Amino acid sequence: MDLKLIGAEATEAEKAAIASAVPEALTVEVPGRVVRIRRDLRHYLLPAIDAVQSAVGWVSPGAVDEIARRLQVPPAEVYGVASFYALVSTEPRPPTVAHVCNDIACGPDLAAALGDRDDVVESPCLGQCDRRPAVFLQRAGTDDVVLAHATPDAVLAALDGDVGDDTPGFVSPGPLLARVGNVDPSSLPDYRAAGGYEALAKAIEMGPEAVIDEIVASNLRGRGGAAFPTGLKWRGAAGQPGPRYVICNADESEPGTFKDRVVMEGDPFAVVEALTIAGLTVGAEQGYIYIRGEYPLAQRRLAHAIAEARRAGLLGDDVMGSGERFDIEIRRGQGAYICGEETALFASIEGYRGEPRQKPPFPTVAGLFGRPTVVNNVETLINVPRILLEGGAAYAATGTEDSPGTRLFCLSGNVARPGVYELESGTTLREAVEAAGGVPEEIPYLLLGGAAGSLVGSDHWGMPLTFEDSRAAGVTLGSGVIMAFSASTDMREVVRRIAQFFRDESCGQCVPCRIGTVRVEEAIARANGAVDRRLIDDLDRAMKAASICGLGHTASSVVKSAIELGIL
Amino acid sequence: MTAETTSPALVTLEIDGRDVAVPEGSTILDACRRIGSDQPTMCWASTLTPVNVCRVCVVEVEGSRALVPSCSRRVEEGMVVRTDSEAVRHARKVVFELLASAVDLSLVDDSIRAWMAEYGCEPERFGPAAPPSDDRDRRQAGHHRRPTGETAETVHQPVKVDNPLYVRDYSKCILCYKCVQACGPEAQNTFAISVAGRGFDARISTEFDVPLPQSACVYCGNCIAVCPTEALMFRSEYELRQAGMWDPDRQEVVTTICSYCGVGCNLELHVQDNRIVKVTSPDDHSVTRGNLCIKGRFGYEYVQESDEPTPIDEVLARARADS
Amino acid sequence: MTVLGAGGGTSSYEEIENTDLILLWGSNARNAHPIFFHHLLKGLRNGARMYAVDPRRSESAQWADVWLGIDVGSDIALANAMAKVIIDEGLHDREFIERATTGFDAYAEKVSEYDLARAEQITGVPADAIREVAIAYATAPTAQLCWTLGITEHHTASDNVLALISLALLTGHVGRYGSGLVPIRGQNNVQGGGDMGALPNRLPGFYDVEDPEARAKFEAAWNASIPPKRGWHLTQMFEAMAAGKLRGLYVIGENPAQSEADAVHAVEALRSLDFLVVQDIFMTATAELADVVFPAAADWVEGEGTVTSSERRVQRVRPALRPPGEARTDIAIISGLARAMGVDWGDPTAEEIWDELRSLSPAHAGMSYRRLEELGGIQWPCPDENHPGTKFLHARLWEEEVKDPAPFIPVDWVPPVDTLTDEYPIRLTTGRHLDGYNTGVQSSGFDSPLRTGTTLDISPEDAERLGIVDGEVVRVVSRRASVTAPVRIDPEMRPGLTFMAIHYPEQVDVNKLTIEAWDPKSGTAEFKATAIRIEKL
Repeated sequence: MDLKLIGAEATEAEKAAIASAVPEALTVEVPGRVVRIRRDLRHYLLPAIDAVQSAVGWVSPGAVDEIARRLQVPPAEVYGVASFYALVSTEPRPPTVAHVCNDIACGPDLAAALGDRDDVVESPCLGQCDRRPAVFLQRAGTDDVVLAHATPDAVLAALDGDVGDDTPGFVSPGPLLARVGNVDPSSLPDYRAAGGYEALAKAIEMGPEAVIDEIVASNLRGRGGAAFPTGLKWRGAAGQPGPRYVICNADESEPGTFKDRVVMEGDPFAVVEALTIAGLTVGAEQGYIYIRGEYPLAQRRLAHAIAEARRAGLLGDDVMGSGERFDIEIRRGQGAYICGEETALFASIEGYRGEPRQKPPFPTVAGLFGRPTVVNNVETLINVPRILLEGGAAYAATGTEDSPGTRLFCLSGNVARPGVYELESGTTLREAVEAAGGVPEEIPYLLLGGAAGSLVGSDHWGMPLTFEDSRAAGVTLGSGVIMAFSASTDMREVVRRIAQFFRDESCGQCVPCRIGTVRVEEAIARANGAVDRRLIDDLDRAMKAASICGLGHTASSVVKSAIELGIL
Repeated sequence: MTAETTSPALVTLEIDGRDVAVPEGSTILDACRRIGSDQPTMCWASTLTPVNVCRVCVVEVEGSRALVPSCSRRVEEGMVVRTDSEAVRHARKVVFELLASAVDLSLVDDSIRAWMAEYGCEPERFGPAAPPSDDRDRRQAGHHRRPTGETAETVHQPVKVDNPLYVRDYSKCILCYKCVQACGPEAQNTFAISVAGRGFDARISTEFDVPLPQSACVYCGNCIAVCPTEALMFRSEYELRQAGMWDPDRQEVVTTICSYCGVGCNLELHVQDNRIVKVTSPDDHSVTRGNLCIKGRFGYEYVQESDEPTPIDEVLARARADS
Repeated sequence: MTVLGAGGGTSSYEEIENTDLILLWGSNARNAHPIFFHHLLKGLRNGARMYAVDPRRSESAQWADVWLGIDVGSDIALANAMAKVIIDEGLHDREFIERATTGFDAYAEKVSEYDLARAEQITGVPADAIREVAIAYATAPTAQLCWTLGITEHHTASDNVLALISLALLTGHVGRYGSGLVPIRGQNNVQGGGDMGALPNRLPGFYDVEDPEARAKFEAAWNASIPPKRGWHLTQMFEAMAAGKLRGLYVIGENPAQSEADAVHAVEALRSLDFLVVQDIFMTATAELADVVFPAAADWVEGEGTVTSSERRVQRVRPALRPPGEARTDIAIISGLARAMGVDWGDPTAEEIWDELRSLSPAHAGMSYRRLEELGGIQWPCPDENHPGTKFLHARLWEEEVKDPAPFIPVDWVPPVDTLTDEYPIRLTTGRHLDGYNTGVQSSGFDSPLRTGTTLDISPEDAERLGIVDGEVVRVVSRRASVTAPVRIDPEMRPGLTFMAIHYPEQVDVNKLTIEAWDPKSGTAEFKATAIRIEKL
């Protein structure tokens, strides 16, 4: 296209970073005589931005020009996409920046203690609630890292390059998490010795139809929050004309949620194997793992697992001798909660701003690149090998009738042993909290389901943790968040922080969410005594009814629940 | 890729209790208009793919949990649609209120004002408007200043006047995406502007907010042509408005053919006091679909150069001298 | 296009949105025809592949999947070589050729002289790329071949067009929806002017002035006799002026003192006239030379009438402004002139004149003003008032029985007249900026933030070789004259090739440099191929 560039020259470091991440759209075949362009490289935009941000710490005009030239994407669009993400800076800033979580689990104290510095920015939940308070260090030119159980001194030392050891959080395993902490996450042989890739072998032997039948029979339901039957999703996409795609949604960004991170860090091959099964089953040749940028360790372990699997013929042109082709690419999110919404995730991978798309059409019909696509989150996927090995019917017999299997819960806050708990479906809320060493009498309120979930009080202790029971109680389990508060917690501040979160994370596309989230936060800030209930009700109703996607639909549900509990 | 398609099958649906049959592939909005039931729209345009972001056209569809945008949702056989239920009225009312509380809607079409009156909108209930800000082009995604709640944040900001042909007043921008579509893939393919930033801080921007003359802009004016709020305005209209001389009631619109190349673009010349003050093109004409180039849009000056300048000429000449 | 009958683009703009392959040849439509380019871009978005043939990787060529950088004036060699590839590979549409064309054998024999090696040597385009574009064009289910002045502003203009038409005949890419030949016109009524008979050899409605039957029809209607021989075209007129054979000239809405190639000679010729009348909306450089000037209204905005676009769409123009001072519409001036010469035509309205035209030109017969209004213009032919107009021409070639088969006309490549030598080693080609138009008479009136004036665009390599920096003013010398202009270093230019825009004669009178060598068939001058050298000041 007839690009008009800014006219800024990229530095050698910027050029090298971009060159390492993306191919050239424009080939000068014979100078002055033959030039050829490719139009299908837009989806390298996110990796290009990621590469230059990671290498030099910001996306400069020179870098935008270089990306624009290389991918033949106009500079305004590169800028539009780059400026969408919280982890991307379009202004110069220090090479190492500490993103200090001040969200509801970590609380405001660490950020406050560090004060106003140009290398410290406040951050929404980093998915480290089991090891709070947490800091994500974005380090130009070297690996990003997470500081858990951070102190102000540790943060200052880390900003100077001294990062201490990383200790994993607590895990209470069941069948899904059996390998986490027990099998070397970097060793393919160890994974296989512990039963890994038996399910893929079986899936190949069974063939796609039979695999889908088993998943349908298992009654597995998605763990991302919507609880859609996974087997039907797979069958839907498989029945559409190709090419098709499968995506592992690892953009776990719901405040209070960290289970997928624990799976990816502790059992990365399981994610790769499960996604490979999904790919072969629905007839996709390409899979993506979209992982949030704040999970550097999980990303490195997955990248290693993919490379190992490829080397072993478990990915590539002939997966495990099946004659089928399938491979996986990792896409690193850049700090946008909304990109966990599946249609926004497509847009993000495609190289556009992470803005959700109106459904229908549904992803199984028109998803990534407009093609039939299956999106499953990490927890959902790792149930698949278990189902294939045990059989769908056997799996369906576990847990409860409508919620078979186990579920991963993220227990945090006012409990003695925060961590990931794999619990049989049907376990009550009280049992779950007590398993983590929480004392119900000392917990006046809990957050269920994350920022998009709701606050509950003592009347929910007996609720079994299933889809059907939570639905009946008018709450959601969402992404498995169970965050306990204490009597001394400033609950108004918790609610305010959640309103701030949605105001920051709304993509800005549709009016009700873009402006509604601002008005909700203002209404809470304004309220000395009680909030204007009618105003909140109106905003809540309009956002639920008229927003494009789930973010707007659920942005005020915690606020609503807080009003009902008398917190506001 | 073959020739003209055969006429599509008809789909029957029910809208507010009335049966209507429309061709397959029509939207609910098409079907509503077919039976004379108009719906409010702001981000919709006949020449652009619906982006369904303004949400003022939402309707109730039986079986659907949330309301659906009528502008983009395709009709289905047996669909039952309500455009005036309590849920619809409530959502539209609040959406309009939110827009009006944050954006300067003083120049929107009268029909939009009528809808707002119809729904009894009270945008002031969100609080007094916050003063204009001058940092909206530099806000980092995922961060904002903590509100006090004393005022309602707005998009009000200084007007951008950086070239002789366009004015951009983003205080009036509802972020309908139409200018981005027109500048980008749906017509001009110049991509001088994009949506940048996120959330309430999302804005229409050139790369790094450079002034238009440094951007890729080619001054086709196709963005202005689709802007529903006059956030984007021809400099001529802007200056005449500033001078209190803009008077649509005294304007005549004459359609003719552009005097430049041989493509045959229809021009709608807006003439006030024997002076062309604005040029548009019909949306429904197959040649332009409402679009023009810089020559068609602005290249008329040569027919009104004059030794005896009129008051309009004087105002515009002053603006020219300024830029 | 007369090979195929009436002279006009065969397709509609909408077809390029729905075609499989776009071959853009010698056209920078992105700048010169921006709204046509919108339709082309829709085609790309709908999945069409695009090849661009152009000496420069112009704004338009930058959209192509593949750009072929041809040497200026070597188009016929490229087209013939493509034809040879297509025939050698057996990709020509034998059935179509058999049924709907004549002269294939002679054509095949002619193009067989253009093997890839020779074509590469003449055009500079690598053989592989020629082969690729040939195969792509031949195998596309539908294809649009579009061109503009890059094809026609050569001394071989007509032969260039014939070479392209033959490619379409060879592959059956004409006369079907999505497949066609698309010359995009440079001026808003160049198509209509020709259709109305404003050509040396034509009467309105495409009748040949040398056909006695046609003349009789018009003589009866007009009650006047019509000269039986074709007239001179523009370039012949200037030759006749120079030779003293043409002594009086009536110029309507043209500025040949600046727009003609070799402008120095053109002005001399105009000065030598006994009597020059200029009818224009401006006191142009040509008008300055005139004995009598008729101040004219700008008909597109101060008068009434029709113009015809590049897709043969006849559309109405309407008055929006009162003409200034004593200016009158062209109809009023011409009628007044007739009256002064003793023939009273009355004061006909534009519609009355149009209705007379409709009575004489069957292609326009169905186009009443009312229908033109209702339908947003009508594409000819439109033989009666129930006819919707014609989207694409030559569907007849696909009928079972083709009455009037289309002839292949073999043509040979000859180099540009202004040859490159050691003294004049650099090729200069000319063209348009987005915000400019011809000699700038119209386009200089508005403030364009894009306006750069005329620059000599040269490659970085040439700049370095000549020790020239960006913005430096240099002397540009052709065999006819020299001008000075600032240099713009353009990485898209290749060594040996330069470009200048033509819109600013007051600043840089580019057409002083260009050669008046012209195409004997169409009279178009070779604006596109001038030999120059660049001198540092």
